[in-house]
Amino acid sequence: MDRLRRTMMFVPGNNPAMMQDAYIYHPDSIMLDLEDSVSMAEKDAARLLVYNALKTIDYGNTEMVVRINPLSTPYGKKDIEAVVKAGVHVIRMPKTETAEEVVEVEREIERVEKELGCVGRTQIMAAIESALGICNAYAIATASKRMMGIALGAEDYCANLKTQRSKGGDELRLARETIVVAARAAGIAALDTVYSNLNDMETFRAEVEFIKTLGFDGKSIINPRQIEVVNEVFAPTQKEIDKALTIIAAIKEAEKKGSGVIAVNGKMVDRPVVIRAERTIELAKASGILKEEDIK
Amino acid sequence: MELQNSYAGTLESGDILVMISPAKNPGLTINLQSTVALQFGRQIRNVIEQTLTEMGVTDATVDATDKGALDCTIRARVTAAAVRATGKDVWAD
Repeated sequence: MDRLRRTMMFVPGNNPAMMQDAYIYHPDSIMLDLEDSVSMAEKDAARLLVYNALKTIDYGNTEMVVRINPLSTPYGKKDIEAVVKAGVHVIRMPKTETAEEVVEVEREIERVEKELGCVGRTQIMAAIESALGICNAYAIATASKRMMGIALGAEDYCANLKTQRSKGGDELRLARETIVVAARAAGIAALDTVYSNLNDMETFRAEVEFIKTLGFDGKSIINPRQIEVVNEVFAPTQKEIDKALTIIAAIKEAEKKGSGVIAVNGKMVDRPVVIRAERTIELAKASGILKEEDIK
Repeated sequence: MELQNSYAGTLESGDILVMISPAKNPGLTINLQSTVALQFGRQIRNVIEQTLTEMGVTDATVDATDKGALDCTIRARVTAAAVRATGKDVWAD
């Protein structure tokens, strides 16, 4: 079972107070940003802050992600060196357009990991933020065995498309569907873009409901206030939980009897149904609806 | 080691502003203002001193204004100020 990634909270990499407090809101992943939220003059200081925070602060089970600057800038290689040394879980590449860019980042990560003697420790995720990136989504998603996921970056994507974001998100539909399909084909996670208007939680909720329906694992968020809404939307209903529990119980029973075929209420249960049931249980546990002892 | 005036950090809550300048006297002179000086003044000075010594900066004047920064933040800001003051990139060393 993959880890849950309902919420990936963006935290500016040059803001120590936000970096140390982010964990208390329990997002599934925290993304410390060295790219767009940090000015050119502060890139060095932010890198040191992120390095020291990762090495020192106990973020518990939260997945720690760092968005680096592109390798085409003077900062990219130094970012990779610092965060790999600090033991980051995932490096997030911004504005990814080709598989070759992923391979270049992987090469840099491997160089640092070889020095440290921990080859293979760091995962990669790529943000796709252009028409070219969307055209290459599957190639990007499969460019490295380190790939953990792909995400949509809607602001740059819309600028590249010569359009702007609308309330309904029609302009993002192709990009979102392409990202989900590419991620699923590659067996990795799909994460949606941010929604920046904190005063319009209704539209935010509708957007989360929509991207859940499309198949996304979760959403990038910019404020702790958004976590509760995402978790509520991704929380399974009691009916879904009951059904999942019945399926899991039936599997355990069948395993006990040594039976290869599982049926629930007269219907055969195949592998995709089991995978969905397991994900429902994980979501229910993460949402606090279900406890370990509820699963017989 | 030759130093130029430099600084790193901010005066926001949870941060520390560290200014480094060439030493007027031998050794490290640390002038600290902190909202938590009574409880943590000694610890903050220790972190500043240790970080600079590890980087080979043994003679400098440090003016630090602390707003309740964690040790890891103090280390990061002192390192950034020292990198800027010496022109030596810590990651290249």
